[in-house]
Amino acid sequence: MAILIDEKTRVLVQGITGREGRARTKLMKGYGTMVVAGVTPGKGGQEVEGVPVFDSVYEAMEKVGPIDASAVFVPAPLVKAAALEAIDAGVKLLLLVPDRVPIHDVLEIAAHAERKGTKFIGPNTLGVLSPGRAVLGMIGGRPETARQWFRQGDIGVSSRSGGITSAISYYLSRAGFGLSTIVHVGGDAVVGLPHPEVMKLFEQDPQTKMMVMFGEIGTTQEERVADMMERGEITKPVVAFIGGKAAKEGTRFSHAGAIVEGGRGSYASKVERLKKAGAYIAEALMDIPRVVTEVRRKHGLD
Amino acid sequence: MARLFEYQGKQILQEAGIKVPRGKVVETPEQAARAVEDLGTEAVLKIQVWLKGRAQLGGIRFVKTPQEAKKAAAELLGTRVKNFVVEKLLVEEKLKIERELFAGVIIDDYEKKPLVVFSSMGGTGIEEIAREHPDAILTHHVDVLEGFPEYKARGLLSRMGFKGKLLVKLSSTLSKLYQAFRKYDARSAEINPLVITEEGEVYAADTHIAIDDYAVYRHPELGIEIAREFDRPPTELEKIAYKVEENDYRGTFYFFQMVEKPVPDENYIGFHGAGGGGSMMSMDAVLNRGFKIANFTDTSGNPPASKVYRAAKIILSQPGIIGYFASGSGVASQEQFNSARGLVKAFMEDEIEIPAVLRLGGNYEEKAIEILETFSRFIPGKIEGYGRDDSPEFCAERLKELVEKGGRKVHRVKPIKEYTPPPGAYSFKTLTGRVYIDHSLCARCQARDCVEACTYGVLKFEDGKPVLAISEEEAARGKCTECLACELACFLDGKKAIHIELPIPGLAEYREKITKEG
Ligand code: SF4
Ligand code: SF4
Repeated sequence: MAILIDEKTRVLVQGITGREGRARTKLMKGYGTMVVAGVTPGKGGQEVEGVPVFDSVYEAMEKVGPIDASAVFVPAPLVKAAALEAIDAGVKLLLLVPDRVPIHDVLEIAAHAERKGTKFIGPNTLGVLSPGRAVLGMIGGRPETARQWFRQGDIGVSSRSGGITSAISYYLSRAGFGLSTIVHVGGDAVVGLPHPEVMKLFEQDPQTKMMVMFGEIGTTQEERVADMMERGEITKPVVAFIGGKAAKEGTRFSHAGAIVEGGRGSYASKVERLKKAGAYIAEALMDIPRVVTEVRRKHGLD
Repeated sequence: MARLFEYQGKQILQEAGIKVPRGKVVETPEQAARAVEDLGTEAVLKIQVWLKGRAQLGGIRFVKTPQEAKKAAAELLGTRVKNFVVEKLLVEEKLKIERELFAGVIIDDYEKKPLVVFSSMGGTGIEEIAREHPDAILTHHVDVLEGFPEYKARGLLSRMGFKGKLLVKLSSTLSKLYQAFRKYDARSAEINPLVITEEGEVYAADTHIAIDDYAVYRHPELGIEIAREFDRPPTELEKIAYKVEENDYRGTFYFFQMVEKPVPDENYIGFHGAGGGGSMMSMDAVLNRGFKIANFTDTSGNPPASKVYRAAKIILSQPGIIGYFASGSGVASQEQFNSARGLVKAFMEDEIEIPAVLRLGGNYEEKAIEILETFSRFIPGKIEGYGRDDSPEFCAERLKELVEKGGRKVHRVKPIKEYTPPPGAYSFKTLTGRVYIDHSLCARCQARDCVEACTYGVLKFEDGKPVLAISEEEAARGKCTECLACELACFLDGKKAIHIELPIPGLAEYREKITKEG
């Protein structure tokens, strides 16, 4: 099953003629993703990696049929326009790859997405990969490496750091485990699908038997996962690793911010909340395979 | 988050239509005296620094006369408060305060919406207030497509018991604060305190506004030098680094100094991470081995070799470091040979003598490690490359061993020699630099590896000499990716006919200055 993307997902690439768009289209196609069209306004009629390019998302849908997901590779200042076009055209899943998208643009994208029932991942994300099925974005770099690094299986991975998404998934595969889907939720403060949303999807996915989550200081995503575990909304085992133990805290919190975060957001608060809610904490990245082994034994997952 | 000074924040509020005290920014005691004279009232002098709690720090003075103002200003200006040297004071009329409130707008990351926060009991200890007097706090999520018009604010505030003229003034202020927050791409905008005067007027007595780093480019009028969160003014080297980042959109480069002048005895190393999570993890690994990091650097998002090169040159502008550590997540999607080439070019130019451990795991790591191995013999210091199967802890341990074995050599910063191209050199512009080829050396060249090394098809042979295979415009627009492969291939052939000049404005002067300081 996997979540968010599989070999049947019909994918559009916005910004397909750019440096990143081209390179990642090659990766996606090479890995088995069904890339059906690309869009770059003004460059309609061209082809990139055998994928037809159109001037607009509307035109692409008219010509190639339904689109399930769009990967956006346009420069950061243009992300808002590209995303709103795709939402308006009725695409239900967006992947916003670029870094440095202004946060107020993300707020606007979120408002439109909410009205149309669209999900978006990112911004500032490497993407999503379901081993053996498909990749959306740029995880793995090349088809060969992506195939070599990630094995198919029943562990769902969700991470706030791109590199760590790959690292956790690689070290788990190397230790003999397999993965259902790996998700880089995005490195920014406001992202479309934060940990709790991804966990919800994993919880509903029959292929996924347990989850590994990489969290960071700031925001309340990890604490909210703990809340969900306590409310019984997440029943599958969760292994968590929180980065930034050494980083200094406190500078980000304003008076009003204290209201939202309410003492949450720090390394200590995240670890404590997760532990209390029944998550298993790995103290170091390299420790994750060992913790996963124990958790699987305990939950009879082998 | 790029913080604004109080006086900048107040300009924004005033422009939005919110009342702020009459006042002026001054930089000398004389100006302070004149400002108080012009005001014709009792006044307050406030240091302009990005710190909260300035009153406790002695940064706020009340004065009655111009003479007093002059004296107070003389005492405040030029002093050091925490990490800041006071350069500016805001001189304002003293308000007759009847009551202090709080108003703010922030972003609720989970709801993905702006959140308006208002407190009728002020902003200090707002968490406790929220707990003990929930009625005193108003929070409201705003739908950005609808905005936050005055009538909404009025409805909310009237439920808190505000009435009449005061209600109208407060709701107008709250709505305008939201508009300013949106217009200036703020991460947060707070008025604290929001003051009601004895005359019944509503004033923003102090304000804290922070602008979204990613949107600073939309607001050149704010004059933000470095769009990053700092609790001190940026260092000279940070400013140089920021310019590099600003002028090159490919990938991300972040440079932050922990100390400006690393002391060799204290185990400082140059730190070069890749990617947020991987950098943090790698940093933990070296800190756990007893090292301190002189700087925190992150190059990620598939940066070209030229950007990694510049990052390394800037890191190597810190005297006193005893090692160089580069490490990311270990399983990077970006093409790691770019990082390898950028690093070896910088290391060769600077002839570094300190050891370097470079963990370049991920996509094309074999090629990256091979590059490091090939060129390590041209670098005086010991260079070791590692990949995804080597943990950060192991690599940090290696660096420790190399530092000890090498007798704890201390890095000396080399002056940057200006490059003078050989007469008649062939050259073309790249996105951020220039490629020079000394064709006079090509005639006797047997290997001729340069063209083959350029996998981007930018070079071709013409009459036995490498020249552009594409137009000059295309090369300058980024078709030449500044991957440095041609330069390094020719170097290995023993010819050194290719030089790729990648200027870093201000770095030569900076290095000259610090080498003189010794
Ligand atoms: S390798 Fe160097 S010397 Fe040889 S042809 Fe190329 S540029 Fe000229
Ligand atoms: S000419 Fe080719 S090999 Fe040389 S830097 Fe440019 S892209 Fe790289």
